[in-house]
Amino acid sequence: MIRFDKVNKWYGPQLKVLNEVTAEVKKGEVVVVCGPSGSGKTTLIRTINRLEPIDSGSITVNGTDAHSSKNNVNTLRRDIGFVFQQFNLFPHMSVLNNITLAPRKLRGMSRAAAEEKARELLDRVGLADKAEAYPAQLSGGQSQRVAIARSLAMDPPIILFDEPTSALDPEMVGEVLAVMKGLATTGITMMCVTHEMGFARDVADRVWFLDKGNLLEDAKPDEFFSNPTHPRAQRFLADLRH
Amino acid sequence: MLEIVQNNWTLLLVGQYPAGPLGGIVATLLLAIAGLALAFPFAILLAVARLSPYRWVNWPATAVVNIVRGMPFLMVIFWSYFALPILIGRPLSGFWTLVGALVLYESAYLAEIIRAGIQALPRGQEEAARSLGFGYFRTLTFVILPQALYNSLPALIGQFVSLIKETSLGYVISVNEFTYAASQLNSQLLVRPVEVFSILAITYFIVCFALTQSARWVEQRIARTRQGKSSGMQIQTNPLATEPMP
Ligand SMILES: Nc1ncnc2c1ncn2[C@@H]1O[C@H](COP(=O)(O)OP(=O)(O)O)[C@@H](O)[C@H]1O
Ligand SMILES: [Mg+2]
Repeated sequence: MIRFDKVNKWYGPQLKVLNEVTAEVKKGEVVVVCGPSGSGKTTLIRTINRLEPIDSGSITVNGTDAHSSKNNVNTLRRDIGFVFQQFNLFPHMSVLNNITLAPRKLRGMSRAAAEEKARELLDRVGLADKAEAYPAQLSGGQSQRVAIARSLAMDPPIILFDEPTSALDPEMVGEVLAVMKGLATTGITMMCVTHEMGFARDVADRVWFLDKGNLLEDAKPDEFFSNPTHPRAQRFLADLRH
Repeated sequence: MLEIVQNNWTLLLVGQYPAGPLGGIVATLLLAIAGLALAFPFAILLAVARLSPYRWVNWPATAVVNIVRGMPFLMVIFWSYFALPILIGRPLSGFWTLVGALVLYESAYLAEIIRAGIQALPRGQEEAARSLGFGYFRTLTFVILPQALYNSLPALIGQFVSLIKETSLGYVISVNEFTYAASQLNSQLLVRPVEVFSILAITYFIVCFALTQSARWVEQRIARTRQGKSSGMQIQTNPLATEPMP
């Protein structure tokens, strides 16, 4: 579903953020990406929907070359949900309009149909009563759940998360993870940058470990947690346990 | 003073209308509204062009903005007075000459306000819209501009107020507006210039003050719907700082 093939990326001439990354996310798989701060996790996940360009290599998403200038980037992105650490809800729109904007304007869905769908999605993330609210009236956890609903409104076969719980107060992390766990069982292909190792253990099919732009581990969660092959990953896990 | 107003209120309100051309405070307001309504779309175009990554788009826009902002408004009026008729190939009334000058001058200032409003938005807003599959222009229309314009509302209102005041310079090309009406009145009465020009000053003040107050009221109403005092703005995040704060 998502295939990285020898992907390289630099920020300027000095900093290489992705180094020969080669890996694959299969259809319906849940992949958790972890690694120390600054290792390139955000960059990696943003290259999938071309929010970041790459310098060489290729990324194939659902059979199409994501970075080929021949392929329309907007069409590509419709099929890839993206959830940000900072939610990025549109503050000038109600929750309902946040969710219905894309299906209405990009799919030409009628308002009534889009709203019905939005209410179903809100129900799924446990916020049926917040349809008329504005983002400023929501807690962090609620905002992130709305953001998830918004990214699902286009029925993408793929959804990407970049540290979806890192900007949240601790007591709100659970509600967002619960929604993500529910989502993982629906067969959607999911890639998630997170430090929530419990989530990785319970939900992930594979765990990727990234360090200084190198993909050092690509393993089943129990293998990764019980005996990571790379010393850098061992150290990372030891640090997390403190 | 009141008695001057009582005896001459039609002149101050509408000039010689309906016997002669429309003037007075009504003409001033019409000038200001026409100027604003026409300057606004140009200002948005200029602002967006100035933020374009393409040099051949942003360079001319930047040039226009900087040149116009480096000129006194009076120069723009003279330029418009002599050059506009040549440019469009037919004579132009004083009203439209002044509107032309206002549009040129104000779109440069409004463009800078709008540009600042766009740049102050968190990057994530654009990224979220683009990630959903919206292209550049739809992202602007649905996500960026509504927020940028709302956030710059106070500055935009301030600019509208100066636009109202700038219409008084139409006096130099004999445009029938409020200042012109007052000076006509002054030449009729001859001996009461202080009162006449006090009426002028007080009226400008009342109009502009009423405008800022009602704008504030509208702003508060929008903010109340969205709740949260800093409505419209999310936490400004450093695009490089992708890690959570400890
Ligand atoms: N836009 C950018 N310009 C320059 N350097 C960047 C930019 N974005 C990220 N970096 C740098 O690239 C490296 C990887 O960043 P990032 O992908 O955000 O890592 P992570 O998400 O794993 O913390 C870091 O050293 C970061 O400082
Ligand atoms: Mg990151």
